[in-house]
Amino acid sequence: MKLIFEKSQSGRRGGELPKPDLPAADVPVELRRASPPRLPELAEPEILRHFTELSTRNFGIDTGFYPLGSCTMKYNPRVNERLVMLPGFRDLHPYQEEDGIQGALELMWRLQEALIEVSGLHACSLQPAAGSQGELTGLMLMRAYFEDRGEGDRRDTIITADTAHGTNPASVTMAGYKLAKVQTDARGNVDVAHLRELVDERTAGLMLTNPSTLGLFDEHIEEIAAIFHDVGALLYYDGANLNAVCGLSRPGDMGFDIVHINLHKTFSQPHGGGGPGGGPIVVRERLEPFLPVPAVVKGGERFRLDFDRPKSIGKVRGYTGPFGVFVRSYAYIRSYGPRLREMSEAAVLNANYLLALLKEAYDLPYDRLCMHEFVLSARTLKREHGISATDVAKRLMDYGFHPPTIYFPLVVPEALMIEPTETEAKETLDAFAEAMRGIAREAAENPDLVKAAPHGRPVKRLDEVRAAKRAIVKYGFEDHPDMAEPTAEPRQLEAQKGA
Amino acid sequence: MAATETYPDDLRYHKEHDWARIEGDQAVLGITWFAQDALGELVHYEPPNEGDTIARDSAYGEVESVKAVSDVIAPLSGEVIEVNKKVVDEPETVNADPYGEGWLVRIRLSDPAEADALLDVDAYKQVVAES
Amino acid sequence: MGYLSLTQRDREEMLAAIGVSSVEELFRDIPARVRFDRELALDPPLGEQELSRHLEELAARNADTSRELSFLGAGIYDHYVPAIVDAVLQRGELLTAYTPYQPEMSQGVLQAIFEYQTAICELTGMDVSNASGYDGTTVAADACFVAKHATGRSKVVVTEATNPQVRQVVKTYAPGFGLEIVEVPHRNGTTSPDELRRAAADAACVIFQQPNFFGCLEPAPDLVAAAADADAIPVAHVDLVSLGVLEAPGVYGCGMAIGEGQSAGNYQSFAGPHYGFLAARNEYIRRMPGRIVGETVDAAGERGYVLTLQTREQHIRREKATSNITTNQTLLALAGLVHLSWLGPEGLRELGETCMALGEYAKRRLVDAGFELVFPERTTFKEFAIRLGRSAKDVVGAARAQGVHPGYALGRDYEGLDDAVLVAVTERRSPADIDRLVEVLAAA
Repeated sequence: MKLIFEKSQSGRRGGELPKPDLPAADVPVELRRASPPRLPELAEPEILRHFTELSTRNFGIDTGFYPLGSCTMKYNPRVNERLVMLPGFRDLHPYQEEDGIQGALELMWRLQEALIEVSGLHACSLQPAAGSQGELTGLMLMRAYFEDRGEGDRRDTIITADTAHGTNPASVTMAGYKLAKVQTDARGNVDVAHLRELVDERTAGLMLTNPSTLGLFDEHIEEIAAIFHDVGALLYYDGANLNAVCGLSRPGDMGFDIVHINLHKTFSQPHGGGGPGGGPIVVRERLEPFLPVPAVVKGGERFRLDFDRPKSIGKVRGYTGPFGVFVRSYAYIRSYGPRLREMSEAAVLNANYLLALLKEAYDLPYDRLCMHEFVLSARTLKREHGISATDVAKRLMDYGFHPPTIYFPLVVPEALMIEPTETEAKETLDAFAEAMRGIAREAAENPDLVKAAPHGRPVKRLDEVRAAKRAIVKYGFEDHPDMAEPTAEPRQLEAQKGA
Repeated sequence: MAATETYPDDLRYHKEHDWARIEGDQAVLGITWFAQDALGELVHYEPPNEGDTIARDSAYGEVESVKAVSDVIAPLSGEVIEVNKKVVDEPETVNADPYGEGWLVRIRLSDPAEADALLDVDAYKQVVAES
Repeated sequence: MGYLSLTQRDREEMLAAIGVSSVEELFRDIPARVRFDRELALDPPLGEQELSRHLEELAARNADTSRELSFLGAGIYDHYVPAIVDAVLQRGELLTAYTPYQPEMSQGVLQAIFEYQTAICELTGMDVSNASGYDGTTVAADACFVAKHATGRSKVVVTEATNPQVRQVVKTYAPGFGLEIVEVPHRNGTTSPDELRRAAADAACVIFQQPNFFGCLEPAPDLVAAAADADAIPVAHVDLVSLGVLEAPGVYGCGMAIGEGQSAGNYQSFAGPHYGFLAARNEYIRRMPGRIVGETVDAAGERGYVLTLQTREQHIRREKATSNITTNQTLLALAGLVHLSWLGPEGLRELGETCMALGEYAKRRLVDAGFELVFPERTTFKEFAIRLGRSAKDVVGAARAQGVHPGYALGRDYEGLDDAVLVAVTERRSPADIDRLVEVLAAA
């Protein structure tokens, strides 16, 4: 398919702008643009066709089953797309006076209250733009809290699980902390004995998600919380897996002091091909003074932005946060109310059902009931037929499904991490299980078919090695490099071998 | 593309899958067949600078494939006197010939006695078997 | 329940297949003491119709730009978003897709990002752009991180004429990154290259905004030369819709170009979600945070796109990543691409010229009505500061009572400007709108 730049024809354009009858105003010559930017020149119909064609080469939740682990690819309600376009939300400037933003502030305040209730904690900031930013904000809060107590220099280490999502250790580094890792035991829980060895007076806190990325609820969570609280350290909850426990168990009750919630996971903000998202944080009372500024507060019947927070860590992003995301998440929560519990129950039921259908055909590293997701391994397929998790993933595309997450968590070789979510019908789960079992059979009977997959997508398997070695990151205009030379075989390599 | 699995017996090995060829008061360092196989085809080598001092058991550089990054660990301490530019330009050389053309750095040893702590080929093959 | 398919029969069949007798049993691993055993204290569920009514009622209590003639800018602008942007963003295959980690399922998003990266590089004169950052403030922190790692220096210089929110966010990130932030004050609305040169000694980078927060055009090439004299990386924080008339930062020597993309393709939306952009010279590519899409071929030799240089990112490099960023602002950046495509180079130039012409008209009419420009000698783009003769807050209140918001009160961020507002004039304002502004301010 051509790039939009390759469809460009000099002299064409999309829209017309108003032309007020006014004298021109000049830019001083030393600041003036000398050459026009080579933006596309197309008329509107061709622009729309181009992006429509692009969309047909893409797969969304609207297209089909999308069981990526810890991503919670649930249905994105269409009513929410209508609501964000209400002029009172869509055309509102962030610096409008307080009396002119009462509806927006009330929405944010109510969303905060709902997230506080779901988390079982005390105060909320909606400011962080994504889960990762929520993590970084949470760690900044920890730092501010300990410095306020005169313990800032002493506490320099954060402990993460070896099953942690890569954002956890990356956030630790960005926050200026040292990293320690705790192992996972044979039942998929945090190894408490190892944890006791790691925790000491230099520990600032723990970052954990519960259920874990293995989809398992940590049976020792109370003991874990006590280990940290006994040395005066804090616990941070990575909310990526909150979809499993809404209304069933609250992170605050588990012992966590800071929680981030992924609005683009649990609360239905569409992923948009990579973003936007929302990563609000909810905290225990003693951490409230350090939250980002401004806080959204209620006084009588009015809502205000409170900037008078002398102990605040500052601002982690502009203004008050991604408001359009709040509109959708708030609407979503209002559509469920206390029945969010049924949402989580359905998510866990769907996952356990799918696990029951698949555990014979693939290797199962942890034989327990799962929560909202589970991890299988293609280890036996690899060893006996040379078929890797990547091959399984690519072949699933031919069956009309988006693959699950592969090669994560790192503790499972040839991992396939599957999260169906609650909005999938039983027939979809049955069809997916059928496809997975089919691929396991094909691995034995026709491995070449699997290794050469996908066969039915707009492109065949793509050469990622070539893209990394010679990074072409924009269209070359006059000197577009010659990409016509085909490779003998695609080289797409897995992170782990030797399983 | 990749060589067959071998571990030359004239080399000394480090448990982090690095090798050293000792030549008098100098040594040539690289990564083993096992390491390059685990990473997959290398796309980037981040070397130290010539003149840098590197320390035994510490990272002196990085190698990257599409899906993984790995520190390269020094089996011995010393001063970097040469970086293999061929690997910088064509990192996949390491996959094709990890012990020959795929060498990473040449160092002047600061403490030749450190070689005694390294593994011989049989001990290293044990490490590989247990990985 | 609206979005759930499960029937009673489904439940029974599924429980039987799992081998448990109730849904409750699935939660037996949760210790009793951490089980939540009451109902969530949330309002009862609303069906779609009641939900819409409730949200409409909340929206109606906001004074948006369809109800009030607005000259508010200060970083977020009321530009016209063409209908084609909405149409593209409604495509479910794009809206509801995940990050394109499986490239064969995601050629639409990947190619769109590649085109977006190309457009950003074209506008800014840079070699590489990432797939977006959170907003125009966090990309400044990102640029500092890149500069620190590229130079080994921890000091960062930011001009006072850079958006106060940008500066505040950089300061929030500074302790974790180990950065020392130094500010260079504005002199009559712009920055002195000599002062900048002195401040930039031993700095990793210098960040300046063009046009700056006051709407004034900085002596950008001189600021860049001053930074370069100190071996600090010059970083320009720019406005995409100005780059049809203003020179590209790459052309006048910047090492990086960053900014808030909202003006291209996004509604104001009470400040979010929008997108930050970050573009740089090739030498910084391996240190850049965020996703980057690269071109490659498939097994049949056909051109395709993939996420590339992923080893910079958190999912591989983990604690040594260039950033923890995962979810970014792809859909909003895509909106920017659609808008820029709709404008084309001619349209973008006209947009810039129209904003400037309207701005000059507004300045002339206000000066004729007796108001004083705060920085009369400066050339401005899209906004300018005027003195109102008394407390800006009071005047804003009085003007709004007449249905006009005259602009951002500067006193909250800058000393000596309690009587001043920043007036933004975009292509959505007509000369008649400006006449109305003057009329209301004169009477306020």
